[in-house]
Amino acid sequence: MTTVESAIGTTATPAPKKMKSRKGGGGLSDGWRVAIWFLLPSLLGFFLFFLLPTIRAVTISFQDFPLLESEGEFIGLENYREVIGDELFRNAIWVTFKYVVLNIGLQTILALGIAVMMDRLTKSIFVRSILLLPWLLPNVMVGLLWLFMLDPTNGIVNEWLGYFGVDPIGFLSNPDWSIPALALINTWKFTGYTALLLFAGMQTVPSSLYEAASLDGASEFKMFRTITMPLLRPVLVLVLIISLIGSFQVFDVVAAAGGGLGGNPGDPLNSTRVLYLYIYDKAFVDSFGKRAGQGAAAATLLMLGLMVITIIQLRVSRAGESDLA
Amino acid sequence: MSNVSNTAATAVALDDELIEGAASSKKRKQRKAGSGNKQMTLGRAAAWAVLTVVMIASLFPVYWALRTALSNNNAIIQDTGTLYPPELTGFNFQRVFGWGEITQEQIVAAGANDVQFDIWSPLRVSLITSTLITLGQVFFCAMSAYAFARLKFKGRDVVFTIFLSALMVPPIFALIPNLLLIRDMQIDLGIFAIDMGWLPFADDKTGWTSTYPGLVAPYILMTPFAIFFLRQFFIGISKEVEEAAVLDGAGHLRRFFQVILPMAAAPIFTLALITYVNSWNEFLWPFTAGKNLEVITVALNDFRAQTPGTTRPDWSGLMTATFIAGAPILILFAVLGRKVVDSIQFSGIK
Repeated sequence: MTTVESAIGTTATPAPKKMKSRKGGGGLSDGWRVAIWFLLPSLLGFFLFFLLPTIRAVTISFQDFPLLESEGEFIGLENYREVIGDELFRNAIWVTFKYVVLNIGLQTILALGIAVMMDRLTKSIFVRSILLLPWLLPNVMVGLLWLFMLDPTNGIVNEWLGYFGVDPIGFLSNPDWSIPALALINTWKFTGYTALLLFAGMQTVPSSLYEAASLDGASEFKMFRTITMPLLRPVLVLVLIISLIGSFQVFDVVAAAGGGLGGNPGDPLNSTRVLYLYIYDKAFVDSFGKRAGQGAAAATLLMLGLMVITIIQLRVSRAGESDLA
Repeated sequence: MSNVSNTAATAVALDDELIEGAASSKKRKQRKAGSGNKQMTLGRAAAWAVLTVVMIASLFPVYWALRTALSNNNAIIQDTGTLYPPELTGFNFQRVFGWGEITQEQIVAAGANDVQFDIWSPLRVSLITSTLITLGQVFFCAMSAYAFARLKFKGRDVVFTIFLSALMVPPIFALIPNLLLIRDMQIDLGIFAIDMGWLPFADDKTGWTSTYPGLVAPYILMTPFAIFFLRQFFIGISKEVEEAAVLDGAGHLRRFFQVILPMAAAPIFTLALITYVNSWNEFLWPFTAGKNLEVITVALNDFRAQTPGTTRPDWSGLMTATFIAGAPILILFAVLGRKVVDSIQFSGIK
């Protein structure tokens, strides 16, 4: 439990300043001469797989870049113009947006409810373990589990719906249902995890506040509204940012379950062609990667979009401040 | 932990105690506490019921895969709703693992199709890549976390911040350049460099694609999260211990290996666990760069494509492979569940 608290503490307060460590101790002064040996592998990794790719991806996004030739020709903003004008790209944004709203909305509300219940009922590690299990499983496995369960002919979900007189629904093969179904699948996967994060945040709320409130005869709901929510805000914002960014990047489950049995990712009728899938196809699949530059342009737009969302969210919700100050 | 947990749950009992004063007898307290609980019984019971349903919902799909894997496929198709295996058999596991002789009649009788699963190969590839990534990443990140937490050098905090900013890079953004880099790698690593074609159009220029070095390269040296995670703990280790080692004439290497690493064994183990699970579950990179050296998630995705959408899909076979793909995670989880849960709460709020 101390780990949890220290983690939250570090997010709230900035990293220790140099001043502190300078005071720290006599024999520990050294400089780059020593540090470089400890940093070498991770510097190499950072350079090769984060810094270099970032520069290269932006460069490629301004080039006519066939994947096979590794040699591009500068064409200015042409790729961006193509991508933004592409109906399939706008479809991808719309589809992803629908998915994110459904997924994050459901997941956050459910997780809040579960976290409050756990906070009031039990700290059992067993309960928490079970809730966390779906999050640990490989995405592809999750996709296939639900591919079977949601199958219109052999799936258990439609069997159960049938008991209530509902006709079989092709959750993954019907364009009206495919995005809600995928959102539900990932809601299943991430709700327990999100609940655990919120639950951890709730442990920092001083219990004396609840005691005082219950002395005043406050109801559970009132305590939730006036104590839990305001004090949980920084954690909630952080959790929301993490899950939003993750949700926008949905891919594995679409690859595994999109279109249902015998279908392909993106099926039916492009209704599950999410942004990641669009970029992937543009970069590697369409015409043997001949238009990888457009893929890079779309990926750059996605990254910029995620950054903007993060900044807006931090601003709007005053993330740094808890009313606990 | 116990402090936090008990206070909230027993708030009512405490209040009674306060009102009636410390002199109240034990019996009285118990009675009061009891009545306090009774007042909440209905709400609490309902909440427990909901929580139980949520727990069942968490477990059910995994159970359902196992139930399907343990049954004859013909029975699965006829009997979609039975909560236990409608026709218990171990044949699917035998088939997917490739144990013993399997005749055509057996396959027909099991209602299966004769797609070859050959699950050992992807399991082995996943085992090797996940182990390599975990060992490398944890060790190298411990090294740089030591530098960021314990050494002083110009621009340290700036470098650290730049490292952390890599968290903002979405994997797909770096995917094209990373693939190009791996494909253009011409360094021959002997036994590891298994030269295989990559995609149909990738003539003879395959570099490190579909090789072990290619599969592990983007993750084995560093991830921003691992460095951040370990640095937190290294900062917390008392300076006195390290200074005592300095007095003994220990250099940086000895201090790192003999003081820091042993004292941070628990968080290092936790990080290793998280890294292993993440590597095992990774899909996008091996799907792109390992078409001919498939890890288990990629192979599983292929099995799905091979299971045609006919009237008689091989659900049992597919669910058996699915269950096996997640089994190592389930086992890790069963053995070390507590550690995972504690560490996830930490790691998530980063």
